[in-house]
Amino acid sequence: MLIELCKPLDRKLLRDLWAIKGQALAIALVIGCGIGMYIMSRGMLESLQETRNAYYERYRFADLWAPVKRAPDALLEQIATLPGVRRAETRIRAGVILDVEGASAPITGEIQSLPEKPTPHINDIVLRRGRYFDPQHEEEVLALQSFVEAHGLGPGDHLYAILNGTKKKLTITGVVLSPEYVYAISPGEIVPDKKRFGVLWMNREALANAFDLDGAFNEAALLLSPGASEDAVIERLDTLLKRFGATGAYGRKQQISDQFLTNEINQLNTMGRVLPPVFLLVAAFLLNVVINRLIDTEREQIGLLKAFGYSGVSVALHYLKMIGVVTLLGIAIGMVLGLWLGHGLAAMYQDYFKFPFLLFSAPADVYLIAIGASLAVAGTGTVSAVLRATRLEPAVAMVPPPPPDYSRSAAGLERLARWLDQPTRMILRHLYRWPKRAGLTVLGIGMSMGLLIGSSFSLDAMLYMVDISFNVIDRQDVTVNFVEPRNLRAVQDLLHAPGVMAAEPFRAVPVVLRNGQFKRREAIVGLSDNAELSRVVDTALRPVPLPPDGLLLSDKLAELLHVEAGDLLRVEIRTGRRPEVDIPVRGIVKTYMGTAAYMNLDSLNSLLKEDIAITGGYLLVDSQHTDALYRALKNTPVVSGVSLQEQAQNAFYDTLQESLGTFVFFNTLFAGLIAVGVVYNNARISLSERGRELASLRVLGLTRGEVSYILLGELALLTLLALPLGAFLGYALARGLVYSFNTELFRIPLIISPATYGYAVLVVVLAAIGSGLLVRRRIDRLDLISVLKTRE
Amino acid sequence: MNTVDNAAFRAEGLTKVYGVGESKVYALRGVDLQVPRGEMVVLLGPSGSGKSTLLNILGGLDSPTEGKVFFGTRELTAFDDRHLTLFRRESVGFVFQFYNLIPSLTARENVALVTEIARDPMAPEEALALVGLEPRMDHFPAQLSGGEQQRVAIARAIAKKPQVLFCDEPTGALDSQTGIVVLQAIARVNHELNTTTMVITHNAGIAAMADRVLQMADGEIQDIRINAEPCDPAALSW
Ligand SMILES: Nc1ncnc2c1ncn2[C@@H]1O[C@H](COP(=O)(O)OP(=O)(O)OP(=O)(O)O)[C@@H](O)[C@H]1O
Ligand SMILES: [Mg+2]
Repeated sequence: MLIELCKPLDRKLLRDLWAIKGQALAIALVIGCGIGMYIMSRGMLESLQETRNAYYERYRFADLWAPVKRAPDALLEQIATLPGVRRAETRIRAGVILDVEGASAPITGEIQSLPEKPTPHINDIVLRRGRYFDPQHEEEVLALQSFVEAHGLGPGDHLYAILNGTKKKLTITGVVLSPEYVYAISPGEIVPDKKRFGVLWMNREALANAFDLDGAFNEAALLLSPGASEDAVIERLDTLLKRFGATGAYGRKQQISDQFLTNEINQLNTMGRVLPPVFLLVAAFLLNVVINRLIDTEREQIGLLKAFGYSGVSVALHYLKMIGVVTLLGIAIGMVLGLWLGHGLAAMYQDYFKFPFLLFSAPADVYLIAIGASLAVAGTGTVSAVLRATRLEPAVAMVPPPPPDYSRSAAGLERLARWLDQPTRMILRHLYRWPKRAGLTVLGIGMSMGLLIGSSFSLDAMLYMVDISFNVIDRQDVTVNFVEPRNLRAVQDLLHAPGVMAAEPFRAVPVVLRNGQFKRREAIVGLSDNAELSRVVDTALRPVPLPPDGLLLSDKLAELLHVEAGDLLRVEIRTGRRPEVDIPVRGIVKTYMGTAAYMNLDSLNSLLKEDIAITGGYLLVDSQHTDALYRALKNTPVVSGVSLQEQAQNAFYDTLQESLGTFVFFNTLFAGLIAVGVVYNNARISLSERGRELASLRVLGLTRGEVSYILLGELALLTLLALPLGAFLGYALARGLVYSFNTELFRIPLIISPATYGYAVLVVVLAAIGSGLLVRRRIDRLDLISVLKTRE
Repeated sequence: MNTVDNAAFRAEGLTKVYGVGESKVYALRGVDLQVPRGEMVVLLGPSGSGKSTLLNILGGLDSPTEGKVFFGTRELTAFDDRHLTLFRRESVGFVFQFYNLIPSLTARENVALVTEIARDPMAPEEALALVGLEPRMDHFPAQLSGGEQQRVAIARAIAKKPQVLFCDEPTGALDSQTGIVVLQAIARVNHELNTTTMVITHNAGIAAMADRVLQMADGEIQDIRINAEPCDPAALSW
C-alpha cells in the first residue's frame, strides 16, 4: 500500500532496505548502542552533577571543615569575620561505637551536634521520617537513613552508643539524610557498608554534656565568599585555631563523601568520552562497507538511472536517504536504550549515593550532540561511497565490471596454496585481493573484543587491589582506634581481650606535609619495627623494613607532593606541642588505596617528645572467638572505632558485584552486539557479492557444507586474526582507563587475568558463530537457478 | 517408450507452473521425453518456450510441479537435496551462457575444484587438453577471453566424466568463430567419452551437429527430428 504511493526511486529505496533489513538492523543497533551509552553516561553525569549541586546548595554543604581539640564558642565571631568567610558555624562531632539489637560486631559511627530547633544551618539535614529531637530529652537523636533502614529500625526504636566512655541508650526520633553523607562510608574503607557505618545527630547541649564541651566546640564548618581562595582561608584558619589543637582545616576535596562522589562523576565522564566514540566509529565503518558494496552491486542500475536522466544529485540523495533511514532507526533505538539504561542507573545510584532525589534527565544538548554525531558519522561513512556512485559515467556504469582479477597474488601465498584444496585457495585469494576490507573487518571485531576486555578487566584489577590490600599489606583482622593516645601498655590489654592471638600497636599523628608550594593534610602512621600484621611493602610487594628515622611515603602521596626518596619534607605536627621539623623521605612504597605516610613508632614518638604512646592496635583474631571479642570491644570505653577487615572485604565484593557486575554485563551485551554487527554484516555482504559464485559451486555438485566453508571459513579466519588484535586493543584500553582512574582514593593496577581474555574471546567467538549460523541458513536457501540466468 | 534400457534419462508428464491464480505461468505443459545414451541432443525454441526450465529439471537443479524424471532406473524427482547434490556431483556436467567460473581460481584450479570431489575423475590437465587449453592452464578467468573461459567451463563440466552434459546456450555470448571452437570441444567430449549431451541454443544452424533435435514451443515439445548424418561443428556457420 505504502509502496504504491511513493515515487519509483523511493519504492526502490524501500525494497532495497527491506532486502538488507538484517544488516540495516545490525548497523542501527550498533549506532543505537553508541547513542544509548552516550545518553546514559552524559545524562547520568549531568543528572548527578545537577543533583549534587542543587543538594549542596539547598542544604548548605560546607566549603571548609576545621577540626580542633576544643575551642571556646566565643571564637566563632573571629572565624566568621576572617576574610573570605561568608558564614561560619561551630559544632561538636565525634567518633562513636554504636550497638544495635541483633548486631554482633561493633559498629563504627559518628555523632554530631545540631541546634535546639530545626533552623537553616550549614550541613543541614533532610528529615525523611519522624520528627526533630526534643531538646528536653537528652536521649533523643536523629539517625542516618541508610543505617537505620539497614537494621530495620525506625523512629521510636533504640540503639546504644559509647559517648566519651559511657554507654548510653538512645532513641531515634527521626530518619535523615545529609549532604555530608551522600556516600556514607566509614573513614579508611573503600565501599559503604550501610549496616556498619552509622551517623547520629543530637542536640548540641546534650552532646556537649556528654563530651565535656560546654561552651566549646571541636569543629567549625564554613561557607566561603564567592571568589575567596580556599587555600588562603585554610592558612588563616590554621593560624587562628593553632592554640586550640587544630589538626588542619580541609576543603571538599578531602571530605570523604564528596571525594567519592567526585570520583564517580569523573569515572562516568571518562566512560562517556571513551566508549560511545568507539561504537560510533564501528558504526561508521559498517555503514561505509555496506554502502560501498551495495553501490558496487548496483553499478549498472546507477548507470541506468543516470542514462534515463536522473541527475547525480538525485542518485546520491537516494543512497543518503537509505543511510538516513538506518541512522534514524539507530537514533531511535539509542534514545530508548539510553533513557532506559539511564533510569536503571539512576535507581542504582540512588541506592549507592544517598540523595533526597535523583532523577535521570539528560539536557537537550546531550540529545542534539548524540543525533548530530551519529548523523555526521553516518554521513562521513557514506559520502565517499556515494560520491563514487555519482561520478560514474552512465556508459561506464552500465558495462558490467570485468571479473575481478586475482592474478596478482603474493608469491608466498601461492607457495602455500599448492598444499591447499581449492575452496581454501578461494578464501586466501579473496582476502589477499581485498586486504583493506579484510583489515577493517579484523579491526571491527578486534575493537569489540578490546571493548570487552577494557570493560571487564576492572573486576580483575579491583579484586587484585583488594587482595593485595587485605592480604599482603593490611593482614590484621581488626583495627581498634582509641579515643585518646594511650600508653604502649595498652597493647597488652588488647592481647588479653578474648580471641586475640596477636596485637601490634600503631600511632596515627595528624600532620601537614609541605614541599614548597605542595601541601597535604595527612596522618603519619607510626608502626613498630617488627610489624607483621599491617605492613609496608615496596612496588614489588616485598615487605619493607621501617628505617630507624625518616618517612616512607605511598607512591601516590609522593607524586602529589612531588618528592622522591632522599628529599626533605617539612612536617608540621598538629597535635601535642605541634613541633615543625624537616624529615627525610627514606623510600617510596606501594599502596592501592589512600595516601599513606609511615614512620618508625619510636622515632615518631621521639619527634613528638613524648613517651611511647599509641592511638590504636592491629589485632589477629581467632575466628572461633570473634563474638566474644566484639562484645568486649562494644563495652570498652576507650575505643572510638573498630574496623573489621572481613566485613569490609565482603562489603566490597557485594558492591563490586552489584555495580561493576551490572556494568560489565551491559558492556558485554554491547560488545557482543558490535561483534555480531561486524561479523554478520561482513558475511551478509560477502554472501550477496559472491552468491553467484556459491550457487555455481552448488550446481557443480558441492554440498551446502562445502559451499558454506568458503564463506564461513573466511569469517573464521578473520575472527581468528582479530583475536590477538582484540587482546592488544583491550590491553591498551585498560591501560588508558587505569591511568584515568588513578586518584587519591585508589589506584587500579593494570591486571588483566587470563580469564578475562578468555571471556572476551568466548563472547567474540560465540558472536561470530551466531552470525555464521544466520548466514549459513541463507546459504542453504540459495536460489540456484536465478543466478544462472544473469550475468554478474 | 520402448527403448527404456537404452535411455540415459526419461521424463514423464513434466509440468512446471510459476506463480498462483491470475499470474500463473506454465513454463512446461506435460513434457514426455526420452534421450538415448551417448546422443547429442539440441534443444531449439523461441524465448520463453521452457527450454531452460526443462534442462534445469533434468539436471536436478529444479523440481517440476508435476511429472517424473528418471535417470537410468533411478527416479530423480524423488531425491532429496542431499541426493540431488550427490547426483550433480557424480553424474552431471553443466555449462552455462555466462561461464560461471570462479574468478579467484585459475583454469586448472577451477577444474580441480570438481575433480577433488568426484569419484573417478580425469586429471584437470587432461580435461583442459580435451578443450585445447593446456597452455593457458595457470591463467585466472580475468586473463582469458570469453571463448577460453567457456572452454574452461566445459573442461570443468566433463572432468568428472559425467554421464550427461547439459549446456544452456553455451555459445550465446560468443562470436561464431569462437562458438565453433566451443562446440567442437563439446562434440569431442560427446564422441570420446560417449557422454549424453543436451545443448540449448537459439541458433537453428547448430542443430546440424545433433543426433536428435527437439523443437519446443509454449512449454511443449512440438517436434522431434532424428539426424542420421550429424555434421562436424567445423562445417557449421551462422
Ligand atoms: N522464476 C520464475 N518465475 C516466474 N516465471 C518464470 C520463472 N522462471 C521462468 N519463468 C517463466 O517460465 C517460462 C519459461 O522460461 P524458460 O527460462 O524456461 O524459457 P527459455 O525457453 O529458456 O527462454 P530463453 O530462450 O529466453 O532462455 C517463461 O515464460 C518465463 O517467464
Ligand atoms: Mg533459457
